Amino acid sequence: MKRVLLFLPLLVALVLGVLLFSGIGKDPTKLDSALVGKAMPEFALEDLHQPEVQVSQQVFQGEPSLLNVWGTWCPSCRDEHADLMWLAKNEGVPIVGLNYKDQRAEAKAWLERLGDPYSTSVYDPKGSLGFDLGVYGAPETFVIGADGTVLHRHVGVVNKQVWEETLRPLLNQAGGQY
Amino acid sequence: MTIFRLFSRFAPAWVAALLIVLALPVHAVVRDVYSFDTEEKQQRYQVMITELRCPKCQNQNIADSNSPISEDMRDEVYRMMTGGASDVEIMDSLVGRFGEFIRYKPLVEKRTLLLWATPAISVLGGLLIVGGIVLRSRRNNQIDSELSAEERARVEKIMDGHNGKSDSQA
Repeated sequence: MKRVLLFLPLLVALVLGVLLFSGIGKDPTKLDSALVGKAMPEFALEDLHQPEVQVSQQVFQGEPSLLNVWGTWCPSCRDEHADLMWLAKNEGVPIVGLNYKDQRAEAKAWLERLGDPYSTSVYDPKGSLGFDLGVYGAPETFVIGADGTVLHRHVGVVNKQVWEETLRPLLNQAGGQY
Repeated sequence: MTIFRLFSRFAPAWVAALLIVLALPVHAVVRDVYSFDTEEKQQRYQVMITELRCPKCQNQNIADSNSPISEDMRDEVYRMMTGGASDVEIMDSLVGRFGEFIRYKPLVEKRTLLLWATPAISVLGGLLIVGGIVLRSRRNNQIDSELSAEERARVEKIMDGHNGKSDSQA
């Protein structure tokens, strides 16, 4: 009995070690979205380019797509822009842009200058849809299923690695062919 | 004349005093953006925003955080509360958007059971260890103090011999 007890500290250290080790390398700022598995929230917002056109959650129906939350005030959005252009052009992925808490004129100028990767651009100056999506910092990119279900949220910059490792497999799982 | 002179002499002090008095309400206004019709709602609002965690600045509640997202969350809490929503409804609606992460008081459920049980487990574990140590030392004491008759006789013999020796030397 006494001998067994001598191993207790070792056991405690091992359990703690495994527990703490599993936390190493995890980014605590990356949170799972509460919306995964749920339907895209309902919304009715203006198109960025055509204020008279109303966009709703129907825009996600039909095929799996990406929803990219961005703003001209967000430096990392500038960072990922070239990769989004590449995704839209070379891979043909439909990307819905959510222009979040921004000015229409500035956003349009940005897209004219750097190119427009978005199949549809939603204008959300007050951040109401962003709030419903639980957006806490741009850029964020959501994978949306063909039926409008939220499948995944990626917080941070999208680049080729994120595309290959996360977004592409998820889109293909949802019935896309990329 | 004298009053005027007195005033002009201390003019900077007067201006400063005036500015201080004027500045006080300005400061108060910043904190009082949200006004409630009842004191009770004001209280609930205060409690609520200290129990909601900011998803952007992760170690702050939304009462302390100045980030835009915290502002939006405070707005939403205020909007729902003045609209007559209960605390649970407000909490559920925000958790539905931002996830369980924003609760500073997590729900008691299967996933959080260990978290909630940890204090009890550590206290119990501590008590067990202390109890074990006390029991053991008590048992050891008993063993030490209980000599058999044979041992007692030996001790007495040794002590006698020792005493006798030291007596003779003295």
